[in-house]
Amino acid sequence: MHRRIVMVSAVVLFVIAVLALGAPWFASADPNDTAVLDRLKPPSSAHLMGTDELGRDMYARIVHGARYSLAIAALTALGSVLAGTVLGLVAGFFRRLDAPLMRVVDAMMSFPDILLAIALVAILGPTLLNVVLALVLVYTPRVARVVRASTLVVRELLFVEAVRALGVRTSRILWRHILPNLLSPIMVQGSFIFAYAILAEAGLSFLGVGVPPEIPTWGTMVAGSQQYADRAFWVVLFPGLAIIFTALSLQLLGDGVRDLLDPKLKKTL
Amino acid sequence: MYRYLASRLAGMLAVLAIVAVIVFVLTRAASGDPISVLLGDQATAEDIARVQKDYGLDKPLPVQFAYWVREVLQGNLGQSIFLQRPVTQALWERAEPTTLLALMAVGLAALIGIPCGIVSAVYRGRAVDQVFTGVAMLGASIPSFWFGIVLIQLFAVSLGWFPASGYGAPGAPLAERLHALVLPASVLGILNSALIIRFTRASMLDVLGEDYVRTARSKGLPESSVVLKHALRNALVPIVTVLGLTVALMIGGAVVTETVFGLPGVGNLVVNAVLRRDYPVIQGALLVIAAIYVLINFSIDLLYVAVDPRVKL
Repeated sequence: MHRRIVMVSAVVLFVIAVLALGAPWFASADPNDTAVLDRLKPPSSAHLMGTDELGRDMYARIVHGARYSLAIAALTALGSVLAGTVLGLVAGFFRRLDAPLMRVVDAMMSFPDILLAIALVAILGPTLLNVVLALVLVYTPRVARVVRASTLVVRELLFVEAVRALGVRTSRILWRHILPNLLSPIMVQGSFIFAYAILAEAGLSFLGVGVPPEIPTWGTMVAGSQQYADRAFWVVLFPGLAIIFTALSLQLLGDGVRDLLDPKLKKTL
Repeated sequence: MYRYLASRLAGMLAVLAIVAVIVFVLTRAASGDPISVLLGDQATAEDIARVQKDYGLDKPLPVQFAYWVREVLQGNLGQSIFLQRPVTQALWERAEPTTLLALMAVGLAALIGIPCGIVSAVYRGRAVDQVFTGVAMLGASIPSFWFGIVLIQLFAVSLGWFPASGYGAPGAPLAERLHALVLPASVLGILNSALIIRFTRASMLDVLGEDYVRTARSKGLPESSVVLKHALRNALVPIVTVLGLTVALMIGGAVVTETVFGLPGVGNLVVNAVLRRDYPVIQGALLVIAAIYVLINFSIDLLYVAVDPRVKL
């Protein structure tokens, strides 16, 4: 069962990624081409998902928007996994740094995610890169906490004591002996953060404090068109479904991979 | 036990102090200058210098921080630049819709999440478990603004059962205000029930594997009594923690839902302050919101000590 869910979600994500990468080939219409006469047209053979309030082809916009939405989320996941892993390893391994680092992590996590992201984007300025940076700062403490907890467990295992007794350098113990044992929780966190980041970016764009509105992400699409939802449901429906499908597949994948890699956890989670 | 409490208290105070530093640094690092925004393009250098002095912005940063902390400890969060009133007053005016929304939403999330989580745990691996687990995963994948728009279209625009936006007319009776909160609370409640389902399931599975549950079963108690009386009681402890923290996170964290439904809440206040670069409001609101979270978290720790004899070290 788990194997099948992992397979299906992996295939879905692969298809979405291929569509995003090959956007110009899969959607021939220009995502920014306006055609006022064709505004708010329902889905048809000419416009698979209809057109928005400026007559732009929704399907083209969703496929091209996938590039931005996925790139932002992927960079966020990568950045917070890297930073969070380093922080968590250091906090978990060096006892003296543990308490101060974790208090900072606690403090960061006392802010609601979306509010901290809003404040950070407001301060850094609303560009694509700054949205990524803000989201990385929001999610790094989450990864750090998980990695620290796992490091605390692995650190006490017999083989770590053994390599320590052999006089192996600390950096090598961390890199070669502890880190490989943390890969499974890190990967799971990464896939969840990938999903959360897609939702967070959409939320930020919706509030008008995310990426500039002229960049077609799934979030800016809903934000720009929501006032037409009563006349043309498709302007809101399809970008929303794109978000849901992607986020759901990522979470199913993360969950399934956790179960496959760690049979002990299967019972509780 | 007192040593445990003292260490928890020290930890909480440290976190609060770090929160204050983060909030201060965040708002001071801002690229936009609030003074020039306030005074407009025509302001002369002297005007700017004068107002900077009025707001204490000409002092070195550590001094500004010390001033600020002293004021905060006296309950003064400063003056909103745009709303022309104290930040505490602005926050207080926004507290009611946000608090009611958070309580209604978490109540609904518990009402859906706890029973589904229990069923999922009891019938682990069966079809019903897989359906609930899948639904929980789906709930965590739906953007709240999108779900809000869908509910507005269905229940406000098409059926007309609830208002599409707003919080009743000023001075409207409580029933009308609660009525206006039904849709937004449904959005947050249904989406957050996903988290509660997963938590309840995990917590129940932990407890159901314990020896005392086996004892209860082996002395012939009916399964319903084993699950609901013996297991659930202990499983509820971490679930209540999550519920409490979810309420705390919705103070300010419900900003997207508040915006979709045009609710004059705390999150909405912050977003507008961000759009207007009203730094005293951003600063004050962030500090209060994070402090509420830290305090609720700490109270839950205290509750643990009161409820669970095993914590009394």
